[in-house]
Amino acid sequence: MSSNIYDFSTLTGSIHAWLSGLMSTGWVTFTEMVLVGLAFLLMYALLGLFLVYAERKVCAFMQNRVGPNRVGPYGIIQTIADLIKLLMKELIPIRKSDPLLFNLAPFIVIICSFLALAALPYAKGLQAIDFNIGVFYVMAVSSLSVIGILLAGWSSNSKYSLIGAMRSGAQIVSYELSVGLSLLAIVVFAGTMQLSGIVESQANGWWIFKGHIPAIISFIIFLIASTAEINRGPFDLAEAESELTAGFHTEYSGIKFAFFFLAEYMNMFIVAALGATVFLGGWMPFHVGNWEGFNNIMDYIPSAVWFFSKTFFLIWIIMWFKWTFPRLRIDQLLTLEWKYLLPISLFNIVFIAFIVLMGWHF
Amino acid sequence: MSEEIIKDVIIGENEDYIINMGPQHPSTHGVLRFEVCLKGETVKYLIPHIGYIHRGIEKMCEAITYPQIIHLTDRMDYLSAHMNNEAVCLLVEDALQVEVPERVKYIRTILDELNRIASHQLWWCAFGMDLGALTSFFYGLRDREHILDIFEESFGSRLLHSYVMPGGLMHDVHPNFQKRIKEFITYFRKKLPEYDQLLTGNVIFQNRVKGIGHMSKETAIGYGVTGPSGRGSDYSCDVRKIAPYGAYDKVQFNEILETGCDTWARYKVRMGEMWESLSILEQLVDNIPEGDFTAKMKPIIKLPAGEYFQRVETARGELAVYAVSDGNKSPLRMRFRTPNFSNLFVMNEITAGHKIADLIAISGSLDLVIPDIDR
Repeated sequence: MSSNIYDFSTLTGSIHAWLSGLMSTGWVTFTEMVLVGLAFLLMYALLGLFLVYAERKVCAFMQNRVGPNRVGPYGIIQTIADLIKLLMKELIPIRKSDPLLFNLAPFIVIICSFLALAALPYAKGLQAIDFNIGVFYVMAVSSLSVIGILLAGWSSNSKYSLIGAMRSGAQIVSYELSVGLSLLAIVVFAGTMQLSGIVESQANGWWIFKGHIPAIISFIIFLIASTAEINRGPFDLAEAESELTAGFHTEYSGIKFAFFFLAEYMNMFIVAALGATVFLGGWMPFHVGNWEGFNNIMDYIPSAVWFFSKTFFLIWIIMWFKWTFPRLRIDQLLTLEWKYLLPISLFNIVFIAFIVLMGWHF
Repeated sequence: MSEEIIKDVIIGENEDYIINMGPQHPSTHGVLRFEVCLKGETVKYLIPHIGYIHRGIEKMCEAITYPQIIHLTDRMDYLSAHMNNEAVCLLVEDALQVEVPERVKYIRTILDELNRIASHQLWWCAFGMDLGALTSFFYGLRDREHILDIFEESFGSRLLHSYVMPGGLMHDVHPNFQKRIKEFITYFRKKLPEYDQLLTGNVIFQNRVKGIGHMSKETAIGYGVTGPSGRGSDYSCDVRKIAPYGAYDKVQFNEILETGCDTWARYKVRMGEMWESLSILEQLVDNIPEGDFTAKMKPIIKLPAGEYFQRVETARGELAVYAVSDGNKSPLRMRFRTPNFSNLFVMNEITAGHKIADLIAISGSLDLVIPDIDR
């Protein structure tokens, strides 16, 4: 294994050793939890702001426009200005809504996206918790956000919101299956569910290359299904601005709306990061088999750069979908999942099991 | 609408899920309100409610003179402003037996077709937006800008250009007029295939529009659906062919007819019409005859007592003007038969049984302009 990649565990280890010298074990754990929590909160906010800006620039680029260009150079402070505006907006109470569920819904959505961040490996040794069931955990917490959406739609006392919520219930629950099966493909290849283990298993080539045909099939299915799972175009039926005005969050205003908005972007980051980790090697640099010289040169690029560039590449593809395709209809959406993606995924799993059994992958 | 449905609506004895789409809704293209009854996501019936933008243009026409009426008509269907104006001008010229110079006819026809292209461009982008493809909106507006620039250079306004007058034109066209149009033709011939790349060839788009909103030829004729919406049902209703006006008898063009009767057919008719309009422009732009830009008219226009009728083809269908004159300088009664009014009321007939998303697609494919319905 190459030694050129900087391992963050030496840094985190030294912080741990320093803290252990200052206080007792319980307090060390507590302090580390607070520090990690603060770091994730900061990252969450910064990524959210950046993704909103990126989306606006990408869509402007695709639509022959300039995009935000007034506040700050190239409009980079625009999203901060928008955030301040959203913070100051009035929170409008809805008559005959269910106030408890109405206020709870944005928090459920945002907590779900927050939980998934913890398990992602951002760079070598930079991971908050390395579960041995990492893939399973990320899948489980990210799919909980459907509850928040359903609550938001139900408690809003609005007909459009209710239709949007029902749509998202049908959509997210069904596409979860395809996402799970396409991730399972790589779990079969790598032989582990631990995200760090999956990344390590790609040291001699990423799974999308090593697993050839079945891995490419799963990657395409993963892209389609996860786009649907995070409610983005062409599968943004829960919002469907031309049909349901804004879908499940029609009645939300101010910061509560911003929570939904932020959670949507962070979910996009999470699925892109998961896809990059599982299929494209995560923080693992581009390695080709036993070419030691080439692999060593690749190792000089920091692992965090590899991770984030892969993630943003996938995010860019997901944005590209949204700004190109028209929206599907609900029956077409479910047909696509139940009649095409799911059977293909199931067949693909059997195919992969066979290939792994015969040792035909690289 | 059947009696049973009317009973349901008035008494409300069943548990229908009724939502009000509009008057403020991104896809009703203005202040239109649909009262939609849903079963799940399926539309059982819908009732269009109009009257939110009524301005009484027909009544106002009775108080003002004919040249002044021009300035009201372009506010009805603001996307076919030129055709609306021309309808009144043709009516007055017909009543007074004025023969307008050839040059005027050619320029009016060119402007008709430019306006038709601009209108179809806006329809195309709005239709894409209704189906969730926001990018199409900007592609269409980008190309429409070129036409509006020609309008702005020639007569100062981009949207509501009251440029035609009874007897001719307000003033002669800008010297750049022909050059700019020829530039636009070459430009737009390159850009139209881009439209096909973005939407027409897209499999999601085709699945969304094919077989949706079936309007048989009988239905179209029965409801008086004209224009591209009617021609998508194989109903030959092009006034430019049936009763040529302007220079339409001097150009070769095809009336685009589709037999699909669905949203896809109506889409293809409009796409085909943009190509036809380009070819009409090409035939006319080099052959504009020299001469006066207006016929000799009396300073005060008074129509002889009687009834007059004139119809033109706007971008959305047949616009008919009917005027009763008692010999004064303003009409005794003026009535417009606007295309969108009939096109709207076929909605219930063709959406029943489809999903909400299809309702949006169908209303987009009918290309409604709401001020034209309410006048």
